[in-house]
Amino acid sequence: MVQVTAVVGAGYFRQPPQETGKKPVNRMNKVRALIIDDSSVMRKIVERSLRQAGVDLSEVREAGNGVEALAAITAGVVDLILCDIYMPVMDGVEFLRQLQGVPNAKGVPVVVISAESRESHVLQALSIGARGYLRKPFTAAQVREHVLPLLAETK
Amino acid sequence: MKPGGQLTAAADSSPETWGPLLQLASQEVFEMMLGCQVELRNPPTPASFEFTAMVGLAGQLCGRFSLRSSKQSAGVMACKILGTQLNKDDAQIWDAIGEIANMIAGNFKNKLVGLENRCMLSLPTVISGSDYNCRAMKNSYLLEVALLFEGAPVTVAVEVHS
Repeated sequence: MVQVTAVVGAGYFRQPPQETGKKPVNRMNKVRALIIDDSSVMRKIVERSLRQAGVDLSEVREAGNGVEALAAITAGVVDLILCDIYMPVMDGVEFLRQLQGVPNAKGVPVVVISAESRESHVLQALSIGARGYLRKPFTAAQVREHVLPLLAETK
Repeated sequence: MKPGGQLTAAADSSPETWGPLLQLASQEVFEMMLGCQVELRNPPTPASFEFTAMVGLAGQLCGRFSLRSSKQSAGVMACKILGTQLNKDDAQIWDAIGEIANMIAGNFKNKLVGLENRCMLSLPTVISGSDYNCRAMKNSYLLEVALLFEGAPVTVAVEVHS
């Protein structure tokens, strides 16, 4: 059963998994982000929002669909994944499913960003591994409020 | 749980009552994504628009959303949402206007309670030029909201096919 924390504003977030005995890793300093959206403009908008939210990005990788994103993750570790739902070739839901089997993605928070806010979609995304769901439109403050805590958590 | 603005309407209510929803959906996108205000253009004086971004609606709510602006306003909107300066002929302007239209259409749709899985949005289409006529669908209702963006006219509209 997915435990959902409904938050005021634009997003829904899943409570973090209870992990014990692991040392917190501060990943706030430099963040390698993967932004997945079939719109190059939307990818830039998301990157801008992350920077406005105070995320110190050391590297931004971009992918236009789930297949490209899986290849990007396999090629190298990232600290944060932001993913659209509706994309050609491989959509966000299938990407989330396949991501579960990628070693490099273990513990990496995935935040779904979509204009779609149907509860069924939100729950589906959260149930297959997404840690958060940001609904467009969103503000940098909402990104700060909901994405930064995910980065600060233990890996 | 329904995030976002509190103003909603039943999806099966009359489209004639949806004007405030369309206005709010537009204002939220401009405020949250572009960091600027838009206000109602009252009276809705005629304007010449060179950019039109359209998003199709299919399903229980069937029709077309459109966002129209001048070329200059389209450029300013793109610069604001991307946070960068763009050449006036930059192709990113087209994509940015399409994304803004997509967000407003989605935000508007989300304010109609009861649509759930019964309405899908198409990919945005952006056309330029003003010398064209757009023929309304038969049995349709046109909901139009005239706005002012940075002092320039912008119009958002939803044509609902009944």
